Amino acid sequence: MASPDQDRAFRELKFRDPVRARAMVDALARVTADLGRAPVSVMHVCGSHEQAIAKFGLRSTFPRALNVIMGPGCPVCITDTPEVDEGVALARQGVHIATYGDMVRVPGTAMSLADAQAEGAKIHIIYSASQAVELAEQVKEPVVFFATGFETTAVATAAVILKGVPDNLSILSAHKYIPPVMEIVAEMPETKVEGFLAAGHAATITGWGVFEPFVERHRLPVVVAGFEPLDILAGLVKLVELVRDRTPKVVNMYPRCVTKEGNRPAQEQLWKVFCPTGGRWRGIAHVPNGNLRLRDEYAHLDARRRFTIDLTSLWDCAPPALTQSCICGDIMAGISTPTDCALFGKECVPEKPVGACMVSSEGACKIWHQYGGHPDLRGIA
Amino acid sequence: MIRRGLVDDRIGMKYGAGGRAMRALIEQVCLAGLGHGPGRDPAEGIGLAAMDDGAAIRVGDRWLVMTTDSHVVHPIFFPGGDIGRLAVCGTVNDLAMMGATEVTGLTCAIIIEEGFLRTDLERVYASIAAACREAHATIVTGDTKVMGHGEIDGLVINTAGVALCDRVVPDSGLRPGDAIIVTGTIGDHGMAIMAARHALALEGDLRSDVAPLNGMIRAALAAGGDGIVAMKDPTRGGLSSTLHEMAAKGRVGILLEELAVPVRVEVRGASDLLGIDPLVVANEGKAVIGVRADRADAVLAAVRAHPLGRDAAIVGRCLDQHAGAIILDTGFGRRMLAEPEGEPLPRIC
Repeated sequence: MASPDQDRAFRELKFRDPVRARAMVDALARVTADLGRAPVSVMHVCGSHEQAIAKFGLRSTFPRALNVIMGPGCPVCITDTPEVDEGVALARQGVHIATYGDMVRVPGTAMSLADAQAEGAKIHIIYSASQAVELAEQVKEPVVFFATGFETTAVATAAVILKGVPDNLSILSAHKYIPPVMEIVAEMPETKVEGFLAAGHAATITGWGVFEPFVERHRLPVVVAGFEPLDILAGLVKLVELVRDRTPKVVNMYPRCVTKEGNRPAQEQLWKVFCPTGGRWRGIAHVPNGNLRLRDEYAHLDARRRFTIDLTSLWDCAPPALTQSCICGDIMAGISTPTDCALFGKECVPEKPVGACMVSSEGACKIWHQYGGHPDLRGIA
Repeated sequence: MIRRGLVDDRIGMKYGAGGRAMRALIEQVCLAGLGHGPGRDPAEGIGLAAMDDGAAIRVGDRWLVMTTDSHVVHPIFFPGGDIGRLAVCGTVNDLAMMGATEVTGLTCAIIIEEGFLRTDLERVYASIAAACREAHATIVTGDTKVMGHGEIDGLVINTAGVALCDRVVPDSGLRPGDAIIVTGTIGDHGMAIMAARHALALEGDLRSDVAPLNGMIRAALAAGGDGIVAMKDPTRGGLSSTLHEMAAKGRVGILLEELAVPVRVEVRGASDLLGIDPLVVANEGKAVIGVRADRADAVLAAVRAHPLGRDAAIVGRCLDQHAGAIILDTGFGRRMLAEPEGEPLPRIC
């Protein structure tokens, strides 16, 4: 058992001081009440934010007038079906596929990579981009790294490519870039988002300055926040203040990690290897500049150019009937919540996910399922 | 309420993990045709259908409490104990959780895999003997079998126990307003096993808490009397599973104060690292005691006075709403605590 001192140090170190948290909860109630209208909707665009909100039960402390929407912040969830299909088709063509764990279970049109593996395809789970290189060196046969994730993981892919990769390794990029999707969501009439809580870890790379053009264009405030309970509460207080005062600007509430410029060497690596291109995000829309594709200088590594990916091979496989009623798309757009879905917790559970949001540890459905759904607990004395 | 998903054709590991899946299996298969007899009304005894820690049968004006438990653990020797100590404590504790703290006798049946080292077997038996001495219990009969190499994995020990007592404490007695006491730090056993099993080089001293609790429970019962209304040891599935079961059977909700739950700093560190909530990790030397609010302080003091209960704490109270559910107050906010379904897995493997 830790001494009370150790215990306190542990929590303070991690921005987990309940007393300060309560003060911030009060502050959040005050600034929300100042607005004098309901509901006020703000959106975070990060699975890690939803994780922390759910784990610490923060939603039960939010004022009823404040609607904190989970946006398209889970990289696994927004990887689009045709991208999964490309991976599955390649795997069924006999190519080794290396990818991050959660991707293996994401349903494509007809099947997931895990289903393909059960049929004999060679699927390898990796934990870092450099493990794809190690795998290629070991197996000697063609290996495709199905590279997913936002700019944070795209930087790691870029770094590995710049170091030089073996001839038998190619890249199937499904990397996504967050800032453009915020534009899309800001313009969606259904969401009525009045401000954004931006992900602190992505901003360590891009810097908070990246959001300034967005604020200019849309006149909506953006607050960069970290992931401890106090980070999130302080971020929300600041965000609602900015909404109240009608002062759209970018505020960095995560200064212990994030600067205006961000990580310049990482950005240089990122844009040296990738360029933005339009593409669909699952459930959201076509997002101009929302996808990251390999630049022409790295065309020789691009799996889409190196292989003929035969998607017609999947046409014989009937799509699972349940996926028809999956509403992951609406959930990621912030229009619906997991409990609006007829499959949630019934046919669709973490062990047997129907939709992408139930697969990833950052998916809204998985998080709500793990942390006991989403009942309103504000009334218990 | 058992949902449709839990009807697999083959029995997977999750069906033995002490959570929802295991309860579903027992209700659907094991109780079918056997769940007669006493069970629903504690006044007439406690039988299979009650799915309690053991059975209670009227014998004259006293209760005969019986329980049985099979033990398999990997590794067989782990920091803080071994399979022998576990086998004795598991059964002694199940008796104690029914209110029977004076063990009349234990049985011990052992199945050994061909090729098992004799010296290891001697170590296990020495540990069985030592645990019996601590619990003031005696093994009065046993059985020994050897099976071929690969037919079982190392060693399986079954123990059964009988004891007499004057008042049975079921696990279904919680009422709104009752206090919930946990008798010490949570997650020690499971986290020590996980660290040993996966050869995790974690800092600090992760040790199993496996211990016979009958002495401590005797002190608690002496202090609390009729005020102690429900007891259960939070083994597989951890505190979360145990509270879910007690809440469902007592038809109460439980508000659990996360920051009041004692967790050793080493266990908290390991659980942060592995992504496993200490609330779902097994314990082998802790009890959850449900007690009427006016007796809570007296029981807490009695438990704390015992060497095994020094870190005991009141961690929650029962509500007249959200029956069967556990509401976790994290200190920052509140959420429902989900009941674990299967074995918690470290996210690193």
